[in-house]
Amino acid sequence: MSLILEILESLIPASSVGKAWMAAVLLGVGCGLLGCFVVLRREALMGDAISHAVLPGVVAGLVYSPDRNLALILACAVMAGLCGVGVVRVLERTTRLKPDACLACVLALFFALGLVWQSKFQSETVGVMHFLFGNIGSIDGNDLKMMLVSVVLISVMVVTMRRPLLVMSFDPGFGRALGFPTWCLEFLFYTLLTFAVVVSLQAVGVVLVSAMLITPAASAYLLTDRFDRMLLLSMLLGILSGVIGAWMSTSMSRMPTGPVMTLAASGVFVLVYLCAPRHGVLAKSLRLARRRRLIRRENTLKTIYHILEEEGFSHRDVSVMMIASKRKEAEDHVHLTCEGLQRQSLILFSEDKRSLSLTDSGWRRAMELVRNHRLWELYLTREANYADDHVHEDAEKIEHLLGPSMIRQLEKDLDFPKLDPHGRPIPRVDAGYPTGSLPL
Amino acid sequence: MSVYLNQPWEVFGIGALWLVLMAFFVALPCSQLGSFLMLRRMSLTGDAISHSVFPGVVLAFLLTGDLASPWLIIGAGLAGLLATVLIELVHKWTRVKQDAATGISFTALFALGVVMMETMLGQHVDLDLDCVLHGRLGLLLEEDTVTCFGLAWPGLVVVMAAVAVAAQLLMAFFFRVLLLSSFDAGLAASLGYRPALVHYGLMLTTSMVVVAAFQSVGAILVIALLVLPGATAYLCTHRIRIMMVLAAIHALLSAIGGLYLHVWLNTNMSASVVVSGGILLVLAWLLGPVDGVIWKWMAEEPDQSEQGLDQATNSQPRD
Repeated sequence: MSLILEILESLIPASSVGKAWMAAVLLGVGCGLLGCFVVLRREALMGDAISHAVLPGVVAGLVYSPDRNLALILACAVMAGLCGVGVVRVLERTTRLKPDACLACVLALFFALGLVWQSKFQSETVGVMHFLFGNIGSIDGNDLKMMLVSVVLISVMVVTMRRPLLVMSFDPGFGRALGFPTWCLEFLFYTLLTFAVVVSLQAVGVVLVSAMLITPAASAYLLTDRFDRMLLLSMLLGILSGVIGAWMSTSMSRMPTGPVMTLAASGVFVLVYLCAPRHGVLAKSLRLARRRRLIRRENTLKTIYHILEEEGFSHRDVSVMMIASKRKEAEDHVHLTCEGLQRQSLILFSEDKRSLSLTDSGWRRAMELVRNHRLWELYLTREANYADDHVHEDAEKIEHLLGPSMIRQLEKDLDFPKLDPHGRPIPRVDAGYPTGSLPL
Repeated sequence: MSVYLNQPWEVFGIGALWLVLMAFFVALPCSQLGSFLMLRRMSLTGDAISHSVFPGVVLAFLLTGDLASPWLIIGAGLAGLLATVLIELVHKWTRVKQDAATGISFTALFALGVVMMETMLGQHVDLDLDCVLHGRLGLLLEEDTVTCFGLAWPGLVVVMAAVAVAAQLLMAFFFRVLLLSSFDAGLAASLGYRPALVHYGLMLTTSMVVVAAFQSVGAILVIALLVLPGATAYLCTHRIRIMMVLAAIHALLSAIGGLYLHVWLNTNMSASVVVSGGILLVLAWLLGPVDGVIWKWMAEEPDQSEQGLDQATNSQPRD
């Protein structure tokens, strides 16, 4: 035991700046790890509720321990937080109140109880506001030891129990079916969470604990699809925001640590929100724009096919004006789309750029699209009992997505049909450009 | 007994009336708005808003330099709207869910407010922690008074009464739209209403009421006033109009109960109002005519469930 204490002692930095940095790192680790579960459970504001609900516990600790025994105060706070969680659960089970209302009720009520109690014993509880609105600069060796122990505990627990905890976050019923001791796991999780909240309170304060729990985890959630990586990333982002906060508030005057840490975490989130490779807003809108462009081009190809078909495939040239009038678009617009198609060498403009013709690959793609569309229409009317005037919209969407294997399956199921529900021919896969005559 | 009942009068005189009225005028608009927030499953958005109005208030204070200026309320309203927009931006565009989006937005705005206050205003300002936490309901009696109907009304009571009446009129005017868009936004949109507009309007009104209430009960206890009346009323009835009336009654009862707790136990008045509201919630939870736990327990006696089983087996078709 004394050995452990000695090791602990040697880990604590001597300077107050060093202490603040260490507190920031520990905070990032503890909150980052637990935050992942909280975000995945869609209970992000549980941390907020707990951080307010601990107030009666803190007051009790201060009132009944005149020598300000930190461990006792923290223990009381954890008990109060767990009570809060319990009351939320009971309210959810036994009433029609929705989870958010239960959380808000417990948050407000416990906090008010704490305030009433505190205003009764004002002289004993002078430090309570300091406790709740924490200041990382005032963290001393004892606090740090407490944080270190609890963060190590949290990390060990989370790393060893991450599978069952993950299952419980996504599907408690499945966890029960697997034979997990669900009740114990829930209790363990909320105990750890309350622990993390309570030890973080002194550093960042009651409101901003939620930020340290939610924001890094949400950023990590946008960066990866694997849970283990999310845990790691969330931890790293938590440490990063903690360190930025600690650095800014020690190097600049009048910069409160907790809010600066929160702002750093929010800044990281904004960056991730915009630039995350798959789930970021920029990547998403780029993907959307690309898909829109693809669909516009493919629809133009299809229109060219339709025009050629109406004229009985008697010639190969189609004027841009005709495409524009058929697609009800401005001519310039069609021109732009067609230039894109030419870059993909699907079409070829004539000399004066007023008409165009399909290349071989363009012809094949146009034919594929028309066939996809008509096969799908036929499938919907025959197999899904759609009315034949209801199928166009659906086919218009799916035609861009059907792959070759799907098409083969459809053709087989529909017994290699020749006509679509509207009586128009479904082009065959290997048909070349019909010369002169209408293909049937 | 009557000694206890008369105690507030002996301590405060006419001041007891002002304290109750003030608490009631703060709680009334909160209760009505909070009921709708609860129906829309946005109780925690109330929590978020009460924190995110902070940068708006600080900014307005920076520009006007006056804590009593109405610009503070407008700034708060705008900051509340900003929080709503941020929440929407996050959860509509990414897979982060609404609860996490709420947490991210309000903590960021609150932190921004604190940093702005610390760096730009310095320490000498009145927006202190104690006020944010406890409110200053108890200090009401030391404020200036306004003479009206032959009585000297404390100024704050008059201001808060005006806010309450305005919010109440607004709610009454938009009641049907609010109701419709809260339960079925799709139907409201198809009938030509604008649910999104209603949403933002509700958020704007909530932020303004929250800030008006801020000074008297503090930021965190405002959440209680927003959620407790609605939740209590919700446990007592299935009808929305009755629910709104019950929420208003809850506001009144918790104001009165708060005064008594304040006097009997010598505690903070604002927190006492919330605690007495909480006691009403617990009562509704145990004894509520619709959702009371005790009635449910009594209905779930073991012999009845066996009877139910017998009936189920008896009702099978016999041949």
